[in-house]
Amino acid sequence: MGQEEKTKWSLNTVLLLLLFIVFAVFALFPLVTLTIASFKPAQELMRFGLNLKISPEIFSFKNYTYLFSGKSLYLTWYTNSLIITAVFTGLCLFLSSMVGYGLAVYNFKFRNVIFALVLVTMMVPLEIIILPLYKLSISLKLINSMWGVILPFVVAPLPIFFFRQYASGLPKDFLDAARVDGTTELGTFFRIMMPLMAPAFSSMAILQALFAWNNFLWPLIVLRTNEQLTIPIGLATLLTPYGNNFDMLISGAVMAIIPILMVFLFFQRYFIEGMTAGGVKG
Amino acid sequence: MENSSPKTTKKISGILYNQKIAPYVFVLPFLISFVIFFASPVLSAINMSFQSVLPGQVEYIGLDNYKKLWNPTFLKALMNSSKYTFYTLLILIPIPLILAVFLNSKVMVAKNFFRSTLFVPALTSVVVAGTIFRLAFGELEGSLMNTIISYFGIEKQRWLGKENLAMITLITLAAWRWIGINLLYFMAGLQNISKELYESAEIDGASTWDKFLRITVPLLKPITIYVFTISIYGGYSMFTESYMLWAGNRSPNDIGLTIVGYLYRNGLEQNNLGLGSAVGIALLVITFIITITQLKFFGMFKKEE
Repeated sequence: MGQEEKTKWSLNTVLLLLLFIVFAVFALFPLVTLTIASFKPAQELMRFGLNLKISPEIFSFKNYTYLFSGKSLYLTWYTNSLIITAVFTGLCLFLSSMVGYGLAVYNFKFRNVIFALVLVTMMVPLEIIILPLYKLSISLKLINSMWGVILPFVVAPLPIFFFRQYASGLPKDFLDAARVDGTTELGTFFRIMMPLMAPAFSSMAILQALFAWNNFLWPLIVLRTNEQLTIPIGLATLLTPYGNNFDMLISGAVMAIIPILMVFLFFQRYFIEGMTAGGVKG
Repeated sequence: MENSSPKTTKKISGILYNQKIAPYVFVLPFLISFVIFFASPVLSAINMSFQSVLPGQVEYIGLDNYKKLWNPTFLKALMNSSKYTFYTLLILIPIPLILAVFLNSKVMVAKNFFRSTLFVPALTSVVVAGTIFRLAFGELEGSLMNTIISYFGIEKQRWLGKENLAMITLITLAAWRWIGINLLYFMAGLQNISKELYESAEIDGASTWDKFLRITVPLLKPITIYVFTISIYGGYSMFTESYMLWAGNRSPNDIGLTIVGYLYRNGLEQNNLGLGSAVGIALLVITFIITITQLKFFGMFKKEE
């Protein structure tokens, strides 16, 4: 009996394994072909398209050395992306955690109204406000600046929601003890409660950094000159109807994924918590 | 943000002993951002949608912008976005749900490996993904997709040049980027189902299929509704995928034009902010109606929920 059940199990295991291998190949295949293409001259790509052929005689690092040679703006874009991602993530976590904490810990008159407003901003597709936001950015002189990219979306509803959930679960004893010790309300938050919220910070940091690093539509509208662009916008400018700059595009795309992939490999758990943050309460 | 400097913190600390005022200080960043970067743009979008906005010359033109939307190009964009949303829902709900159940099953091995691997595409930006798919679905004989179909004896295709093939390309791209994310959502949902339910069902002699239909699917309803809702929003506001596949907002015969693409074209490329805003409001109304209908259909407004 037991033997029979075991064989049945392992057949199922093999079938499932095969199924998942198919999906894993589907997931990785495009990235593998991209990486292969990044070591080929662009003419090869124009003539034969994206494919898996690897031939040693055309293999070269030329696309990569070009990226970092200073002849292209790629390094500038990379720096812009790094700065915007860091500033955006830092500010977003700082401000959103304050708001989430405030909504979770205090009982005040407009608490429910404000929380409802947070949910409303989650329900409206941001695409509908880009035109007025564009007009507003012109009058606030935010066009073509890093702050123009960052400010409109830095107080984000999803992290507020997540921090609120997390802070609701924190023990209130610490808060009372701090008050007895004469710490200010803000001081209590920064010195005592914020460190307790560290796991929530890790998840949200990764989620927001991923968003900032990959963000497209809004930076595309705000950033005007080549020197100000972020990686995604910069890469998109390389594709034009009059010809494509594949040398830079392919290797540039590979280099854009690498930092995220590294972070993902080391902090998977936080990634997964952050990604599912919105849905858990669903 | 002013609160970030320690000096200012000290100055206002007296107030901050006050537990009545403190919460308002905490939520202040949201209130400021909400008023400046959300409420006023939304109102302004509604307002502009009734205006003709030309430099130095703004006038109210009633419903004209909305009337102008009744044109073949917008209807095409609406059709494309609707089709795209429909097919992504058709693929990106059942497949990740079933994969999540499989991945969660006792007989599966290397669970974490597959969960992470399927998630990797979600890490790429749409720009990178679009670049890859633009090339992989290129019209050259040696391009990846044409090579693959040639094994099945099918002639090379102009993937990005024909309406149906263009939609297939867009859906494949969406499936590639989203399966891993939705899988995570469903797995998170599965964590919340108690194992005892399955055990007692087994004692009652329920088959695997019974358990799936009677326990898993109904208890995954909340997360399914969530995924459904975000997919509708995502589907109708899709823009970048199409922008990348056709190098800018220019697909032949607008086969890849979406509602947001139409908004971008009119509002930003042609600087017609009035018409563009009307497109935005139309998008808001459409997603709202569909979401409400969908929630009603799933019985979200019933008391028992």
